[in-house]
Amino acid sequence: MSAPLTSLDRPNSYIGRALPRPNAKRLLAGRGRYVSDLKLPRMLYAAFLRSPHAHAKIVSIKIDEACAREGVHLVATGADLAKICTPWTGTLDHFKGMTSAPQLPLPLDRVVWAGQAVVAVVAESRAIAEDALELIEVDYEDLPVVVDIDGARKADGPLVNPGSANNTCFRSQLDSGVVDDAFAHAAHVVEEEFSFGRHTAVTLEPRAIIADYDPSAGMLTVHHGTQTPYQFQDLYSRHYNIPEARVRVIATDIGGSFGMKLHVYHEDMAVVGLSILLGRPVKYVADRMESFVSDIHARDHRVRARVALDAKGEILAMDVLDLTAIGAFSTYPRTSVVEGNQVIRLIGAPYRFKNYRATLEVIFQNKVQTSQYRAVGHPIACAVTERLVDMAASKLGLDPFAIRAQNVIPDDAYPQTSPTGYRFEALSHQACLKRLHEMMGYDALRAEQADLRKRGIYRGIGIAAFVEITNPSPAFYGVGGARISSQDGAILSLTPSGEVRCLISVTEQGQGTEAIISQIVADQLGLAQECVKVITGDTEVTPHGGATWACRGAGIGGETALQATRALKRNILEIAALILQEQPSALDILDGEIVDASTRNPRLPIAEIARIAYFRSDTLPPGTQAQLTVSHHFAPQGYPFAFTNGIQGCSLEVDVETGFIKLLKHFIVEDCGRVINPMLVDEQLRGGIVQGLGAALFEECRYSDTGQLMNGSLADYLVPMPMEMPDIVIAHVETPTADTELGAKGVGEAGTAAASACVLNAVNDAIAPFDATISSIPITPAKVLKALKRF
Amino acid sequence: MSGFDDSLLNEADETVRVRFVVNGRKVACEVAPRDTLVDCLRDKLELTGTHAGCEMGACGACLVQLDGRAVHSCLIFAVQADGGRIDTIEGLSESGLLADLQAEFHRRNALQCGFCTPGMLINAHELLSQTAQPSREDIRDALSGNYCRCTGYEAIVDAIDAVAKAHGENGGAT
Repeated sequence: MSAPLTSLDRPNSYIGRALPRPNAKRLLAGRGRYVSDLKLPRMLYAAFLRSPHAHAKIVSIKIDEACAREGVHLVATGADLAKICTPWTGTLDHFKGMTSAPQLPLPLDRVVWAGQAVVAVVAESRAIAEDALELIEVDYEDLPVVVDIDGARKADGPLVNPGSANNTCFRSQLDSGVVDDAFAHAAHVVEEEFSFGRHTAVTLEPRAIIADYDPSAGMLTVHHGTQTPYQFQDLYSRHYNIPEARVRVIATDIGGSFGMKLHVYHEDMAVVGLSILLGRPVKYVADRMESFVSDIHARDHRVRARVALDAKGEILAMDVLDLTAIGAFSTYPRTSVVEGNQVIRLIGAPYRFKNYRATLEVIFQNKVQTSQYRAVGHPIACAVTERLVDMAASKLGLDPFAIRAQNVIPDDAYPQTSPTGYRFEALSHQACLKRLHEMMGYDALRAEQADLRKRGIYRGIGIAAFVEITNPSPAFYGVGGARISSQDGAILSLTPSGEVRCLISVTEQGQGTEAIISQIVADQLGLAQECVKVITGDTEVTPHGGATWACRGAGIGGETALQATRALKRNILEIAALILQEQPSALDILDGEIVDASTRNPRLPIAEIARIAYFRSDTLPPGTQAQLTVSHHFAPQGYPFAFTNGIQGCSLEVDVETGFIKLLKHFIVEDCGRVINPMLVDEQLRGGIVQGLGAALFEECRYSDTGQLMNGSLADYLVPMPMEMPDIVIAHVETPTADTELGAKGVGEAGTAAASACVLNAVNDAIAPFDATISSIPITPAKVLKALKRF
Repeated sequence: MSGFDDSLLNEADETVRVRFVVNGRKVACEVAPRDTLVDCLRDKLELTGTHAGCEMGACGACLVQLDGRAVHSCLIFAVQADGGRIDTIEGLSESGLLADLQAEFHRRNALQCGFCTPGMLINAHELLSQTAQPSREDIRDALSGNYCRCTGYEAIVDAIDAVAKAHGENGGAT
C-alpha cells in the first residue's frame, strides 16, 4: 500500500518532498487578504462597551447621547439582538450531566466576566464608534465574584449562576483495573499536585469579522477569520433563521488561529445581528486589549496525581484528580470540557500499566471562557505523567531514559487499548526513545552537566514522551449532537487546458494545507504541482466538511484529496482509452501526458483529452459522457481517532541567583505517520514547540482578587520572542496509519503537547542539587527562587 | 514635522492635510490628528501589507521605513510623519535586499500565517543594512521586538543568516 506513495525518484512524486508553499509568496509581498484588511462598499464599524465588573447586575443602560452622536448608525443592547437571535448553550449530549447557561450576543441583565461585551455601537468609523461608547452610561450593581477554583468549590460560596446548586459544569470519572489494590501493594508511590495557569492564543491578527446582510436577497455573507467556515454557516443560519443556502461564510487569509478562532464569540454573533438590523456590512476587529479579555483562554487546571510502582520501577497504577475552571459559560459549540476530558484520558498514555482512576471536575468562575486551543489537554496530561515518571525514576535511582524504556508500550505490541479507553493502532515509543538518546548526545550532556555543577552552573536535562490524538471521527463531536463534520469533501476538475482545480473543505491558516493538497493531487494524478490550483475556505464553492483542526488537514483532508484524485484519474483514463482505442488499464498519466502503462511511452497530453471532451465531444463514441469533474467525500472509519507519538528533550540552564532560565537546545523525535512535506512538518513542530515553551516559562493570564485581568496587553503578557527561544533539532519515525491509503496522521499539536513537560523536567533536574522541586507552570523566575528558598 | 493649530485637538472630526512620499510616489491625504501612521497607511492609502498587531510598539507587525529607518507605524501619528519618505512592504518588494530576503523566507518556509512577515522583513532589512555579517545571536537580538506565533523563529533566523552570508560572499552588494 505504501510503496507507490514514497518513491521520490519518479516524475511528479510530490508526497514526501520538502517544497515551498506556492501561496506564501503573496504573504511575503504584503499581498495577503486578511479580514482585517477588507473594506466593503457602505461598510460600517462596530465597537463594544465592555463590563468593568467580573460579576454584576445591569440596572440600567442609557444610550441616548451615543445615538445622537454624528456618524453613529445604531446602538444595540442585549434586548435588541435577543429579538432576532436565538440563544445558544455550550453543552454536548455525550458529556452526561453537563450544564451551562444559555448565551446571547449581548447580556440582558447580568454580566459574568470583566471584559464581557454589553452594548454595541455601529458607526461610520471605528473611532467614532469608540467615541460614542464613552457617551453610554451603564448602571451596575456588584454581585459576589467567583475567581479561583477553591472559591468556586466552597459550599456556601457565591454562585456564577444564581439559582443553581453549585458552580459545577461537569463531572466525569474513569475507573479501570484494581487501583486501590495496586497502590496497597506498591513498592513505591510518588505523588504531586500540579498547577497550570491560564494562557491564551495571542494570534498576531486579532479576531476579525465582516457581516454583510442583503435584505433584498435575504442573503448573509460573512467574511470571517476562522478555521471552520462550515460550522459558522450552520450556526448563523440556525440562530438567525436564514436558510443555510443563503448564508455564505468566507475564510480568506487568517493571521493565526490555533483553535482560538473556531469558537462562537459574543461579538461575532452580535456583528451578524447588527448587519441584519442595518442591512449594511458591519466590520469588527478586536483590538489587542479586547483580545485578551474576550478570546478564549486555555488550561487553568489543578491536578493531584499519584503513581504506584513495583520495586523494579514498573508502573502499576495511576490515580488522578483534575480540577479545571472554565469561565462563566461553557463555550459553544465545542464546549469547555473537552480539555479536561482529554487530560484524564491522555494521562499515562505512553505506558503499559492497566490500573487507572481519574476524576474530572469542571467548574464555573467569573472569567472569560476557556476552550480548545492548540494541543487541547495534552500539555497538562503530558506534564503530569512525565513529571511523575521522573520523580519515580529519581526515587528508584533510575535514569529518565531507563524508566521510560522499561515502561513504554513496546513497538511490536500494537494494537493496544489504554486503561482510559483509547485504542492505539500503532505507535513507536521505543524507536523514538532510542533516536532521541542518540540525537541529544545524552551521555555527553550528562557528563557536561556534572562538570558544570562543580563550577556552580546548574544545567538541567529533561525529556517527555507524548501521545497525541488526531483525525477525530464523529465520536468527538458528532455523537454529542454538535453539527461539526468529521468528513471532508473535494471537488476536482480537469480544466479545458488540462490543469486541475481542487475545491476542498479543509482550510488554510498558514500551516500549508493548500500546499500539501496540491502535492497530493499532483502526485496522484501525474501532473506538475504548478498545474494544480487549490481553493479553500468559501462555503459557496467548497464542499461542506470539518475543515482544519485537531490535525485533520493532512490525515482526513489529504485522504479526501487522494481518493478524489484517483477517481478523476480513472475518468480521464476512460476517455483516453476511448480516444486511443486501448483498455484504461493499459494507460497511465505521467507529467501531464497519457502514457502506456508498461513502456511509459507518451501517447497524448491530458490537455488534449480535455480539449476533445469539452469542445469536440462529437468525436467521442456515441453515448460517451466525459466526467471531468468529480466530487468525493471521505469520513474516517476504522479507529475512532488516529494517535501520533513522539518524545521531546531539552537542555537548559537555571541561574540560581536570579531564577532566570535559559533554554539551550530543544529536541524532538516525532511520528506523525506519512510525512507529506518534511519541511512543513518540521515547521509545524518548531512553531508548536515554541508555543509550548511560551506556556512553560512566560505565558499566564493573571487575575486580581476581583476578577480583573491584570496583564491584558502585549507589553504585560509575555510571549516567546526570538531572543529567548532555542534552536530545535528534529527527527522522524514514520508509522503510517493503515486506516487510509495516504497514512498521514497529523502534526499540528505534537510540538505543543510535550514542550512544557520537557522544560518542567529539565528545571527540576537543574535544581535537584538543592532538594528543590517545582510543579507549577509557567515556571517564572519568582517560582524558581521560591523553590530555592531565596525569595 | 509640520505643526498644526492646537484647537484642532479638541475636535476629533477635524482633519489635517498631510503629504508623504510613499514607496517613491508623492501622496497627500486628510487625516485626523489622532490617526496613527499605521491607520493612515492601511485605511487611507490602502497599503494593507503593513499590519497592526498590538498598537503599542511591542510586536513589530507595523514596521515601515520612515526616511530610510525602521519605525513602528503604530507609535507615530500620521501628522508626525508629514513630509517624510515612507517605504512599506509593497514598495520595498521590488528592491534587491528585500527581494532576496523574501526569496529565502519562501524557500525555507520562514512564515506561516504571514501576518508578522512584512514587519519581520522590514526589520531584517534594517539589520542587514546596519550590520553586514550578523551572528545568529545578533539576528535573534535584532528580531527581539518582532513577535511571530507560528514559526518558532528558527527558519526566520536561518533565512536572514543565509541572505547575510550570500551578500557577504558577493562583496556585500545590496
